[in-house]
Amino acid sequence: MGKKRRSLVRAAFSAVTLVMTMLLLSGCGNYMVLDPKGPIAAKQLDLIIITTLLCAVIIVPVLIITFVIVWRYRASNKKADYKPEWAHSNLLETIWWGIPIVIVIILAIVTVRYTHELEPSKALASDKDEVVIQAVSLNWKWLFLYPEEGIATINTITIPEDRPIRFELTSDSPMNSFWVPELGGQLYAMSGMSMALYLQADEPGTYFGTGANFTGEHFANMTFDVNATSEEEYAQWIEEAKSSSETLTAESYEELSKPTEKEEPRLYASFPNGMYESIVTKYLHDGAELHQHGSAETGDLKGPETVDVQDADSEDHSSSHSGH
Amino acid sequence: MLDNIKEFASEFFVTGDPLIYGADASIVLATIGIVFVLTYFKKWGWLWRNWITTVDHKKIGIMYILAAMLMLFRGGVDAVMMRTQLAFPDLNFLEPEHYNQIFTTHGVVMIFFMAMPLMFGLFNIIVPLQIGARDVAFPFLNSLSFWLFFAGAMLFNLSFVIGGSPDAGWLAYPPLSGAEFNPGVGQNFYIWGIQISGIGSLASGINFLVTILKMRAPGMTMMKLPMFTWSVFAASTTIIFAFPILTITLLLLFLDRFFGAHFFTLDGGGNPMMYINLIWMWGHPEVYIVVLPAFGVFSETVATFARKRLFGYASMVFAMVIISIISFFTWAHHFFTMGSGANVNSFFAISTMIIAIPTGVKIFNWLFTMYKGRITFPTPMMWTIAFIPAFVVGGMTGVMLSVAPADFQFHNSYFLIAHFHQVLIGGTVFGYFAGLYYWWPKMFGFKLNEYLGKWAFWFWNIGFYVCFMPQYLVGLDGMTRRISVFSNPDWIGLNIVSTIGAYLMGIAFLFQVAQIGYSIFRHEKDTTGDIWDGRTLEWSTPSPAPEYNFAVIPQVHSRDEWWEEKERRRRGEKPWQLGPIEPIHMPKNSAIPAIMSACWFVLGFGLVFHWLWMAIPGLIGVFICMFARSFSAHKAEYYIPVEEIERTEAKLRGGSV
Repeated sequence: MGKKRRSLVRAAFSAVTLVMTMLLLSGCGNYMVLDPKGPIAAKQLDLIIITTLLCAVIIVPVLIITFVIVWRYRASNKKADYKPEWAHSNLLETIWWGIPIVIVIILAIVTVRYTHELEPSKALASDKDEVVIQAVSLNWKWLFLYPEEGIATINTITIPEDRPIRFELTSDSPMNSFWVPELGGQLYAMSGMSMALYLQADEPGTYFGTGANFTGEHFANMTFDVNATSEEEYAQWIEEAKSSSETLTAESYEELSKPTEKEEPRLYASFPNGMYESIVTKYLHDGAELHQHGSAETGDLKGPETVDVQDADSEDHSSSHSGH
Repeated sequence: MLDNIKEFASEFFVTGDPLIYGADASIVLATIGIVFVLTYFKKWGWLWRNWITTVDHKKIGIMYILAAMLMLFRGGVDAVMMRTQLAFPDLNFLEPEHYNQIFTTHGVVMIFFMAMPLMFGLFNIIVPLQIGARDVAFPFLNSLSFWLFFAGAMLFNLSFVIGGSPDAGWLAYPPLSGAEFNPGVGQNFYIWGIQISGIGSLASGINFLVTILKMRAPGMTMMKLPMFTWSVFAASTTIIFAFPILTITLLLLFLDRFFGAHFFTLDGGGNPMMYINLIWMWGHPEVYIVVLPAFGVFSETVATFARKRLFGYASMVFAMVIISIISFFTWAHHFFTMGSGANVNSFFAISTMIIAIPTGVKIFNWLFTMYKGRITFPTPMMWTIAFIPAFVVGGMTGVMLSVAPADFQFHNSYFLIAHFHQVLIGGTVFGYFAGLYYWWPKMFGFKLNEYLGKWAFWFWNIGFYVCFMPQYLVGLDGMTRRISVFSNPDWIGLNIVSTIGAYLMGIAFLFQVAQIGYSIFRHEKDTTGDIWDGRTLEWSTPSPAPEYNFAVIPQVHSRDEWWEEKERRRRGEKPWQLGPIEPIHMPKNSAIPAIMSACWFVLGFGLVFHWLWMAIPGLIGVFICMFARSFSAHKAEYYIPVEEIERTEAKLRGGSV
């Protein structure tokens, strides 16, 4: 029996070693979240490292203690103490209520500080102007609007490096989530509201972007590229988009918003004024209020803010109410 | 006419996929097989009298466990198919539509129709025996709970071959699950399958709470309750507060879909965010509902197999009660990324971290129960020990997820998937397996084969880490959940490894099936009733226990009453002074629960297809059953005479009491 058990243990050990090797071979490092390319992702990685270390302070000793106790007090070890009645110790229990409490207090302080600091709608400090990109989740593609440049794209964005990007997110389909792991964490894109997410790329490169919240049949195809470039290349790209033969109109948007399986990246030379606002306010009745989360205009970090869309965003697009 | 029928059938039955035709064929063959066996061996009466109409908690428990094992098979096949599709990039093993259905049913089946019934099965079999009761407080309701669960589970599973499966994820967020984006019947199956079984779960929660409060043996104060029973108490309380939220949420979703109401649709002034909040106000407590009883199991096995008292009993109780309370205040950590603002996120982040404290304390108490013990390692104890590292690591990633700003990078990725599988498998499933192996002899009077059990154990454990450790990494590399296909070459290696792990767990399950099959035919009969040298009252009865459980209910003096009693006998002190055997008052079998649940099934099926001509008679049937029960309840009891008890006892204990 003992022999059999030992051979089982050995089989287990070799299997675990094999897996570990395979994991290492499959490329350690270079995981997107662990390899940040922007300030938000970098701070989030700091936080991940801090929490991992804080947890490890408890986890590692527990794993060692587990092994030691199970090994030492196995029934076949007759040398070990046996105290079947010993079942209580105020000192010990105080210790293991106390240590996790202390760790959680530290973790809580760190978390609250970072939660306020990394509130997604908080503008990034920079001496450069921000770029606004409005993202609309459709079935099953992303529509990106550049309101300042007047261009639009499908499933691709180009951003200038080192400049804060203010993403405004909404959806004209089931709830999605906008995620560019190398630049920073995700935020939901929901119909009937606009959410602000600030990200920035510190260096040029092509970054993976994806929808992260399931939206139906061909959700897997909702990936997009984020190309971070120099200012010159960005300006060139804008020109290229403006010279695109395609334009987005109210009619072609109707067509675009219908479910399609997969869309190749493409550019639109223009889109109608107030298109984003009219998508966000699609369900709004006259006089009703719109939830605008963390709008930059109010500079509010405390959470959801009810802002009348007419005042906040679209003074010159009041016709954008589609009037349901 | 014929064309009409053809057209109806092509919409009614799911068609076009060889997997489905395979399932159709196997369902038909299995049904024919069962009917044939029952008829050939003349077992219909036996099935009806001994099982379908039974109100005996032990038999109901066995039926729960049997159903849970079938559902584990179904959910496991779903899992293996998903992992096959994701083994390599751009595979076309499953169409996206089919993949979406499969991950949805995998989640629903595993939580509602595997974890919950396995849990209720253990509640049923053990709680009355552990507290020295003859049955649960409401045996009729208990039977009804089981049959409602069964009707709900069957209704849900029917969607695989009739009408089409739901495909909006296991929690069915609107608007994706609403009529606009999901016009088919799959989502109706989801609503009614869960709704019907959910009513059964709520009734079970009430039943066990009352049982524990009112049916304990004399002398067993709350602070002398065995720890498993305490965990049932905590879980039942949580059920009573959580499940009504689920019922109402699903009802509102039904009203949206069926009557075009606007609770969760934006046009008309509703808001899908309300659904997400509501469903998680149930959903988060739910994960503690399923894990608390696993904690209870570990508390029993660890003390039994370390041959030592459970360390820190009062702390353990306090920790469990705290967990079940705080579990109601953490729901928003499932959507930190919904933009609730920094203060709201901070609150839910901290409440989530706080839960880690009592959970950690429990781990320490189990470890120090083993400290200075004499540990043996039969399969129940192996599962217990394997649980500790699995759950500790899963708990750690849980704390990492609770840090709101970091969660923005983990949320909806495979990191999250790996985390909750690690705590649900490493915590809940390992716990229920430990319980199943531990109490199997109590249920059937023989131990499961240890040799095959160890093979199953190692395959499960190795497969578990091989499957889920790579998922943490691929999540950190940006792979999101619920994608039916991937093309990023960086993810290939990790996905292949993960799929291998899933197959290893599949093999482990086959070992368990083989283990049960083999043990039924080749086993040593346990004549002691106390095969593990246990500590609590369930081990003082014969295995399996007679229908009345205890010929005479013992007086309880201490926490490990049966252990103390054995100690007294070893020392030659005066054993239990059991009173004389008296006639025992027992509940009679009833066919009403099964019939009423069948009516619920008809009602649910009718509503799934919007067939009121079918739903209304179903509803009327439900009311008739309630009516019938109200006017026959007084006739539903009988007494077992003393002579019969004495005869049974003599047979079970070979003459000595």
